[in-house]
Amino acid sequence: MNHDLIERKLGLLIVLIILVISVGGFVEVIPLVTTAAAKQGAVHVTPRTPLEQAGFDVYEREGCYLCHSQMIRPFRSETERYGPYSVAAESQYDHPFQWGSKRTGPDLARVGGRYSDDWHRMHLRNPRDVVPESNMPGFPWLASASIDGELLQKKLRVLRMLGTPYTDADIAAAPAAVKDKTEMDALIAYLQALGLARPRGSGEK
Amino acid sequence: MSPVTTTLIAIATVLNILACGWLIWVTARRKPGEVAEGAVKDHVWDGDLRERNNPLPRWWLILFFLTMLFGLGYLLLYPGVGRGALGWTEDRQYREELARADREYAPVYATFAGRSVLELSRDPKALALGRSLFATNCINCHGSDARGGPGFPDLTDNDWLYGGTPEDIVKSITFGREGTMPPLGTVLGAEGVDEVVAYVRSLSGHAAPPDKVAAGKARFALCAACHGVDAKGNPAIGSKNLTDDIWLYGGSEATLRKTISEGRHGKMPAHAWLGDDKIRLLAAYVYSLSHPQ
Repeated sequence: MNHDLIERKLGLLIVLIILVISVGGFVEVIPLVTTAAAKQGAVHVTPRTPLEQAGFDVYEREGCYLCHSQMIRPFRSETERYGPYSVAAESQYDHPFQWGSKRTGPDLARVGGRYSDDWHRMHLRNPRDVVPESNMPGFPWLASASIDGELLQKKLRVLRMLGTPYTDADIAAAPAAVKDKTEMDALIAYLQALGLARPRGSGEK
Repeated sequence: MSPVTTTLIAIATVLNILACGWLIWVTARRKPGEVAEGAVKDHVWDGDLRERNNPLPRWWLILFFLTMLFGLGYLLLYPGVGRGALGWTEDRQYREELARADREYAPVYATFAGRSVLELSRDPKALALGRSLFATNCINCHGSDARGGPGFPDLTDNDWLYGGTPEDIVKSITFGREGTMPPLGTVLGAEGVDEVVAYVRSLSGHAAPPDKVAAGKARFALCAACHGVDAKGNPAIGSKNLTDDIWLYGGSEATLRKTISEGRHGKMPAHAWLGDDKIRLLAAYVYSLSHPQ
């Protein structure tokens, strides 16, 4: 092929560049789009309850993922500390996923059941009260922030559109489930349910 | 991933590598009618820009083809084209790492097997391992100095809610503990709570108004169901000894008032997943904290 032909015809150059780049896109993106995450790792994961979903939204809003990952890698050093390594199916209902890429704090993929609710309450209010060495900021305002039940319903409908199997009954019951609950309650409910699909000591490594 | 997708990706990847090779081969080749190396070519850009004929250096070309060879080899050895000649999987690599660690640590744990927790609590090697396990699993609640905090027991003071024998400690770690103090605010009323607070504080030698203490003592029957008539607690249900001036949530008037009126719910999560070997080492370390040599 003649250089002149490509270099002088801008339209042709653009088309060829797009073609070349899309090979990489094809190889990297298509498989992930066509394969349901649910099939990647044989675990049973149930959709979050409305309260837990409200907690997920708090987790995302406060940017917890900036310091906490939710991705236990298949290395002994990680599974000894955090529990069985993460599989893709476990984050199938996370929109967006919370894998994170930085661990200023510990990984939270299997924090569910690890501490008591009371511990989380004290820790979220002021982490230094329970872990003197901690450099995590406190989130005291969560304890007095209420949850908008109607907004939560809208979010659940969007999540259903994205593939989370919420029933009409689930969505109808959501406002009642979060009534009188604080964002702190929701966040703790979310954290306490994290990673239970592959719990420690289940024989999984 | 479905086999069709996998095959398509493999084909696309190999074609991509070959196409790169072809592109570099074609452009590096000397073409008929080309000007001599180093001479100015006749092509003109933007009216006045010209360039010399500078072919790609040979070492660069060789590196490029070596990189492609590496890529093809990688695709054949590791999952790329097919499952890979080495049979490598992420999970297998992980299991091999586990098996290696098991082989390495088995002799270490073997030296502790069959020995009592009490004996281990006097073995510096067992304590060193126990300290590491404690740092990994326990310090977030009990603190790196094991002195706990409000609601999280101090493990160094030899005061125990559920008993402090090595066996008790093993049980607490393995199965966890859950202690509930019911909220008594509505039952006692504000005044009643104040009176019980006064009595409870007097039990550990704090000054309190005598009339309130007397009234609180009368109401203490309600508390005695769990804390005992002598207020010395019951390790079977984890109720606190109220006479020793050691407090889990704090012994100030305000804290006691909150504890009595709103109740408390303490929970130590179960750690059975640690396995017997590690639990015994942990118990030995915890026991040693309040029983120094």
